[in-house]
Amino acid sequence: MAVLEKTPQRVPGRPALRTRGVSLVWRPRYVLVLTIGIAVLVLGMAANIGRGEYPISIPDVLAVLMGGGDSGQQFIILELRLPRSLTGALVGGALAVAGAITQSIARNPLASPDMIGLTTGASAAAVFVIVLGGGFGTVGGFLASAGLPMAALVGGLTTAFLIYGLAWRRGVQGFRLVLVGIGLQAMLMAIVHWLLVVAEVFEAARAYVWLNGSLNARGWEHVVPVSVALALLLPAAFLLAHVLGALQYGDDTARGLGVPVNRARSLLLLVAVGLASVATASAGPIAFVALVAPQIAQRLVGGARPPIGMSLVVGAALTVISDVVARTAFGATELPVGIVTAVLGAPYLLYLLARYGREARA
Amino acid sequence: MKARLTYGWSVLTTPAAPAPAVGGLRRRRLAGLALLAAFLVAACLASIAVGAKAIPLEGVWHALFTPTGTEDDIVVRSLRMPRTLLGALAGGALGLAGALIQGHTRNPLADPGLLGVNNGAAFFVVIGIYAFGVTNLYGYVWFAFAGALVASVAVFVLGSVGRGGPTPVTLALAGAAVSALLAALTSAVVLIDVQTLDAYRFWAVGSLAGREVEIAGQVQWFLLAGALIGLASAPALNALSLGDDVARSLGHSVRRTRTMGVVAITLLAGSATAACGPIAFVGLVVPHIVRSFTGPDYRWLLPASALAGSTLLLAADVIGRVVVRPGELQVGIVLALIGGPFFVWLVRRRKMVAI
Amino acid sequence: MTPLTKTDAAAAETTTAVRLRAEHVRLAYGERTVVDGLDLDVVAGTITAVIGPNGCGKSTLLRALGRLLKPTAGQVLLDGKRIDKMPTREVAKILGLLPQAPTAPEGLTVADLVARGRHPHQAWYRQWSADDEEAVAQALEWTGIVDLAERPVDELSGGQRQRAWISMALAQGTDLLLLDEPTTFLDLAHQVDVLELVRRLHQEADRTVVMVLHDLNLAARYADRLIAMRDGRIVAAGEPAEVVTESMLAEVFGLAARVITDPVAGTPLVVPIGGHAQSS
Repeated sequence: MAVLEKTPQRVPGRPALRTRGVSLVWRPRYVLVLTIGIAVLVLGMAANIGRGEYPISIPDVLAVLMGGGDSGQQFIILELRLPRSLTGALVGGALAVAGAITQSIARNPLASPDMIGLTTGASAAAVFVIVLGGGFGTVGGFLASAGLPMAALVGGLTTAFLIYGLAWRRGVQGFRLVLVGIGLQAMLMAIVHWLLVVAEVFEAARAYVWLNGSLNARGWEHVVPVSVALALLLPAAFLLAHVLGALQYGDDTARGLGVPVNRARSLLLLVAVGLASVATASAGPIAFVALVAPQIAQRLVGGARPPIGMSLVVGAALTVISDVVARTAFGATELPVGIVTAVLGAPYLLYLLARYGREARA
Repeated sequence: MKARLTYGWSVLTTPAAPAPAVGGLRRRRLAGLALLAAFLVAACLASIAVGAKAIPLEGVWHALFTPTGTEDDIVVRSLRMPRTLLGALAGGALGLAGALIQGHTRNPLADPGLLGVNNGAAFFVVIGIYAFGVTNLYGYVWFAFAGALVASVAVFVLGSVGRGGPTPVTLALAGAAVSALLAALTSAVVLIDVQTLDAYRFWAVGSLAGREVEIAGQVQWFLLAGALIGLASAPALNALSLGDDVARSLGHSVRRTRTMGVVAITLLAGSATAACGPIAFVGLVVPHIVRSFTGPDYRWLLPASALAGSTLLLAADVIGRVVVRPGELQVGIVLALIGGPFFVWLVRRRKMVAI
Repeated sequence: MTPLTKTDAAAAETTTAVRLRAEHVRLAYGERTVVDGLDLDVVAGTITAVIGPNGCGKSTLLRALGRLLKPTAGQVLLDGKRIDKMPTREVAKILGLLPQAPTAPEGLTVADLVARGRHPHQAWYRQWSADDEEAVAQALEWTGIVDLAERPVDELSGGQRQRAWISMALAQGTDLLLLDEPTTFLDLAHQVDVLELVRRLHQEADRTVVMVLHDLNLAARYADRLIAMRDGRIVAAGEPAEVVTESMLAEVFGLAARVITDPVAGTPLVVPIGGHAQSS
């Protein structure tokens, strides 16, 4: 793409990548880690695709993905198995980017889109549809006909806007948002619990699986909505990433630098909400990916905030690898991927504890 | 969210005591407590009188003090009274535990579940169902209590790693980690065995229904012990709210106070959860409501939270019994459905403490 | 973009222009009015210091001048145009602001911090142009922290960190600089350091500076113009020798003091007597 500047660097530590009007800071570490990350992701997906009743080796999988391989394998991989892994990767990536945005805005490594009640809204709507299956008046009917992912999406977005609206009082302050989120979340969880009690046991089981974040039976119809959302929202996230960097400095400094703080924040949050909602709608609430992936990405690449691109790759890889584990750890039973991510995520929180706990942060 | 400590401004004050000249504050607190006690009595009466079959107040009086074995008497004595007693105990325990944990973590969002109590109880209950075939409420109680204890010990130990012992942040992080892990493990077990799920989902909702007086008896001593320890720690908690350093300079052992606090919270919340299943919101909301007239002094805040917690739980239970007569809505659900909007209203109406 | 040094012609043209003006502004936080009916002119190429007791509204005034706070009455004009009607980005190219106790994210290097000052001149596709690099390099040289460029900001001392922040404001390439308490939390040597830097900025790079200072003596020494505030109003404004008088100290600060001439700089020096004088 560009020609590295031949003139000597005037500012140490910031080599430039420039071409006709476009310029970037050249960060070799980022590029290297990103490449490795993508490689890990592809291998993970290949491993996941290879597993099943009819095992296919990784080289064969890669061959089919490149366009070759025999037709039997092609069918199994492309029609049956690829959608699942692809959904996992896309969902994980979307969640990670949403988490990266939320953490950057909140300037807090513990911030996550789930904290503001997003996923609970989606969960409540999804369980509603699973358990009541449309036999609950016009609202239920509408939701059921729209399909489970759509219902979850509607539920998630409605909750997000409701929380925002309720927290708005001459502007939105962070802590009020969180508090309202908690209030609404508890309500929605109660509804979910009630639905679980009222349901037939097999409906309850199905709901429970969804609630833990599951990639079971994900086909191309799931891949498409997430891809569309990512195609729309990811570029927006990348465009806004530059402003996200400036927002890290506190509102006053950011305004002094010419950033329209409120507008930028609202837009970024909108992107995060959109990504998280679509992801949750497709696969249920997958625990911890939004929390952990951006932080891992930040540690790998260095820098002052979770990087958007790298978070995407880490989130995707994390989800796909967790799916491999979830499918194989218990023999015949396939566990929802969310359980594995939670089991992996908890020690991560403890690590954060060991690292940050000593400082006077609250 | 960094707390910037600006050394050089040392504030030496006595712990938050009511200013002697402001007798009005003391009167207001006493009046508040008296009012809460009155509400509690009213809630108890309602809880006894109301239900699938409404029993008039003379009937209640008759059953309580001059029982003659009538049908109403039996309903009151064997169903409603134990239920009311349990509700009052559990509600008070949760209210008290909530005030304690908010004080110890200096976090107005803290809930007794933060120490992993609820998830620990749930996990052990699920193990009990899956591995030991336990299916009755009495069995659940012991498993739940054990689980609550194990979880909160784990949280406490993990949160104390490193010098200085547990701090609000480390406890919160350790609690979140342990809770998440336990929840995942619970889900795993429940999804492996459908029958476990079938039994578990009813316990998981939090309810006062069907629990006979022996259930309360199983946990009452732990609960009382927890209440005593908790109430006794009020002066130390007042000092602690000024900051660890100030508390130390006033002669309190921060580590010991925190340990006692965690013990009290575990006993209280563990007992309540063991007896009734996980009940949300009481511990979170009650201290906020009560603080508006007690102020931040824990010597008043703690007992008021206990009273308010009892009242709230009983009221929610009564509502649950009335709203879908002759069926019942579990108290855990009623609390969240009403508590949620109420909490949001509270947040909008007042300036809540910024985190 | 403003080069660090101006040509003489350009300097002469801007010497008497009023760059920033507050007209009858009322500033309030919610229900609480902090400043009312205040008028202020900031002339190009001057260093203005705002002094006053705690809570007098000096930081609030600076925030209003820096477009961080919207006046509930009156207006703030930048180069004759209403500042709240101008796009934030345009303002950021003319007016630079350094808030009190600014925060930078963890893990940031000094070079990254200073480079962030170029934000108003950048876009998502143009994040590190040759102009940007030039401005940052010059800013680093000017504040004398080139050798600190690759160090993390968190590891710097208070004085070094403050210089890094000023460097960032400098890299922004603005004519005007608003500094909110740039010397609080610094020891005396570093306070003097920072103020000497500000003086250089003014003399050699012709920047206009408005700063809030809490140290009277340093303010008297380094400012061309002093503005003394109390209870949201300007009590005295003018050259330090005119403003720093014993009666002003009594009225504004409630301080009984003697004012002598600084033996080194020739500016007024405040020597407190002790105890409170009654404010008239």
